[in-house]
Amino acid sequence: MSEHSPMDSREPLLRIAKRDALPFWKNWAIRLAAVVLALLVCAVVVYATVKLSPLKVYAAMWSGAFGTVRRSWVTVRDAMLLLCVGIGLAPAFKMRFWNIGAEGQILIGGIVTAACMIYWGNSMPTSLLLVVMFLVSALAGAVWGFIPAFFRARWNTNETLFTLMMNYVAIQLTSFFVSKWEHPIGSNSVGIINIDTRAGWFPTLFGQQYALNVIIVLCLTLFVFFYLRSSKHGYEIAVVGESERTAQYIGLNVKTIVMRTMLLSGAICGVSGFIAVSGVSHTISTVTANGRGFTAIIVAWLAKFNAFVMVLISFLIVFLERGASEIASQFNLSEYAAKILTGIILFFIIGSEFFINYRIILRGRKEKKSSCSK
Amino acid sequence: MQGITKRFGQVIANDNVSLEIRRGEILALLGENGSGKTTLMNMLSGIYAPDGGQIFIDGNEVTIRSPREAFDLGIGMIHQHFKLVDVLTAAENIILGLKEPGRLNLDAVAKRVREICEAYGFDVDPQQKIYNMSVSQKQTVEIVKVLYRGVDILILDEPTAVLTPQETDRLFAVLRNMKKDGKAVVIITHKLPEVMAVSDRVAVLRKGHNIGCVKTSETTQQELVNMMVGHATTLDISRAQPKNPQPRITVTDLTCVDKDGVKRLDKVSFVANSGEILGIAGIAGSGQRELLESIAGLCPVQSGSIVYTPEEGGEQNLLGMDPLAIKNAGIAMAFVPEDRLGMGLVGSMGMTGNMMLRSWREGKGPFVDRKHPQELAKQLWKLLEIATPGTEYPVRRLSGGNVQKILVGREIASSPSVLMMAYAVRGLDINTSYVIYDLLNEQKDKGVAVIYVGEDLDVLLELCDRILVLCGGQVSGIVDARTATREQVGLLMTQIRKEGEQHE
Repeated sequence: MSEHSPMDSREPLLRIAKRDALPFWKNWAIRLAAVVLALLVCAVVVYATVKLSPLKVYAAMWSGAFGTVRRSWVTVRDAMLLLCVGIGLAPAFKMRFWNIGAEGQILIGGIVTAACMIYWGNSMPTSLLLVVMFLVSALAGAVWGFIPAFFRARWNTNETLFTLMMNYVAIQLTSFFVSKWEHPIGSNSVGIINIDTRAGWFPTLFGQQYALNVIIVLCLTLFVFFYLRSSKHGYEIAVVGESERTAQYIGLNVKTIVMRTMLLSGAICGVSGFIAVSGVSHTISTVTANGRGFTAIIVAWLAKFNAFVMVLISFLIVFLERGASEIASQFNLSEYAAKILTGIILFFIIGSEFFINYRIILRGRKEKKSSCSK
Repeated sequence: MQGITKRFGQVIANDNVSLEIRRGEILALLGENGSGKTTLMNMLSGIYAPDGGQIFIDGNEVTIRSPREAFDLGIGMIHQHFKLVDVLTAAENIILGLKEPGRLNLDAVAKRVREICEAYGFDVDPQQKIYNMSVSQKQTVEIVKVLYRGVDILILDEPTAVLTPQETDRLFAVLRNMKKDGKAVVIITHKLPEVMAVSDRVAVLRKGHNIGCVKTSETTQQELVNMMVGHATTLDISRAQPKNPQPRITVTDLTCVDKDGVKRLDKVSFVANSGEILGIAGIAGSGQRELLESIAGLCPVQSGSIVYTPEEGGEQNLLGMDPLAIKNAGIAMAFVPEDRLGMGLVGSMGMTGNMMLRSWREGKGPFVDRKHPQELAKQLWKLLEIATPGTEYPVRRLSGGNVQKILVGREIASSPSVLMMAYAVRGLDINTSYVIYDLLNEQKDKGVAVIYVGEDLDVLLELCDRILVLCGGQVSGIVDARTATREQVGLLMTQIRKEGEQHE
């Protein structure tokens, strides 16, 4: 193209063009490059601000998350808990129902679990108690999720605000039960429930304290993966999420689907509360959910609702969190310094999605044929 | 414009296109869907940057990086979809985004707007809010908006697609006034009669190439069609006599009221016969959409009845049934809605996923069957020559014609006994339109009752057996399409039946 040259000088410096679908490996190569870049930027920040060797900091992060067998299991435990909330949110968000209320759904699941442990801990064998707690926590979470869905279906209320407000109701309820179950009196906490009998605690399986956590969450992950991908319900959710008009056009009852999906979403979040209480902390407090209901939204969105990708992302986020707290304590840094690093890494990973969908053409650079034809 | 090239990924939208736009002249840009008309003009108005080529204005080479720079150069474009803020007034929309020195003086703006309106013969009230305006008024605001910015090269992208014939005439009068004023006007369109009526020169694009530029006075419609499609296409649509027409859908005194309490349909009565194409004509928004949607069970009905008579006899009242109930009652009703991607299809899914919209309930068990829909998708892909990289490619990324082929193909594949289509060929090129007409005739031949809502009177008169004319939600007449004339139907479209008067 001979006409090309006179234009170059006044062409915009950068132009953005939509990419065709990239092959699978290229997508992951871009994401990997983003992580590497993020680590480089973090290294510069670390060195410039606190004059620490970046390599040492990274080593500390790694050891914080995977340094010992015990630490690795804690990382696994936390990742599983986060993942559980994430897969609970996935059906709702895929339906474009903005369920910001996972936090409350977790707490409600946690409250009923704690209640079971306190009241039935001595009258039921633990195996039966676990089944009962699983069911009632799912039920409680489902009810908590159903309420905003019902109001939305019936009176078209805004689910974002409604689910958010339900969180505060759940927090207040938790405070109420904490003072009711206070032990010892005056501690303003419930303390470790059944510390002597371990009734209602997750049992140690295969010599591992957290094996049951992994099993339950991975089963749920498999379930949600196939539910969303190949079930009729999953197809309906996808259609409703994309266009309610289309859903009506093919004879779907959007209200029913919204309520049904929120029952499921709330139930899985409720089960996360069960795991958090019975399988992790063995107590209940207003920080039992600890922001996981919100972090899990990132997990669900980044994975584009693919349950298996969510496993990876949960691990990444928990790794960053644990690594950050480790460097904070090891180098005597403030918790915020560590959080800056986490922020940089997440920023790059989320930003990489842009480069997967678009490419940037520099001024004067001719478009390569290869980039057009994959 | 010289040697302009633009690529989107693998697709070359414009390949080395050169075009000359002259002042004091109306240039029509003609071409099939996806021939690159809009892309070319988007580069002129600064929305896209060309990948190659040069643009000269009055002999000086320019680079247009943004719509603002285009405005500075005197280029303005009116898009197919209006870009107005609903809650603001016309005057506020017009000055939106302008950086004028001093304080904002809306009265002065309104005065200037009135001056522009008078100069070119517009009819706009600067104080009126956009949401109170008709489509044609909104378009007028868009045009005034660019004129206010001192534009002297005006580009209109399919301006007549949303207008009634009368409004179109008014628009053309305004365009001629601008021409007299020495402005350059470019109008992108598919409609040949309009090209002949309004333009001075015609540039024809085909598959991203400029095929040629001719003087309108020295060409014929047939010649332009040949340039557009590359080979001669006859303009007449075949029409067979209906075979053994039987009443299939009987609508009596149907009345619909929308959310705001406005009567959308007022005592509409008609019969749709099997083996017949019933055309529905009317100015946009006369109740066509509500009529089809209430038959399909998507629109709440206030009173009246809709009775379905199957081939083997018997009657079934469809009133109060939703689409699922209609399907469960064993009635195969196919409906191609006006809003293809917003209602008929799911944009982010591929062909397979969209085929499943009609079939996903089939099969026992909780899992969906993807295999049969995929086979159907592959069949349609071949049969209708749908241009898509694959059956899993999101349909949103396909061109309008291909999207419509997928939708119509799916609806016909369900072997319906009633087929309803709204604006089936809107925005489609001539070849695809004929594919759709053929499909409709095929269905008619099979004894399907076809209800076809159309906007092009010539097509309605050539394709349909009978035409029902709606006006303001009422039936203003049902005519025999073989004997009726354009003028007769046009008159009915603007004439509300008088109270108490009987109709067929």
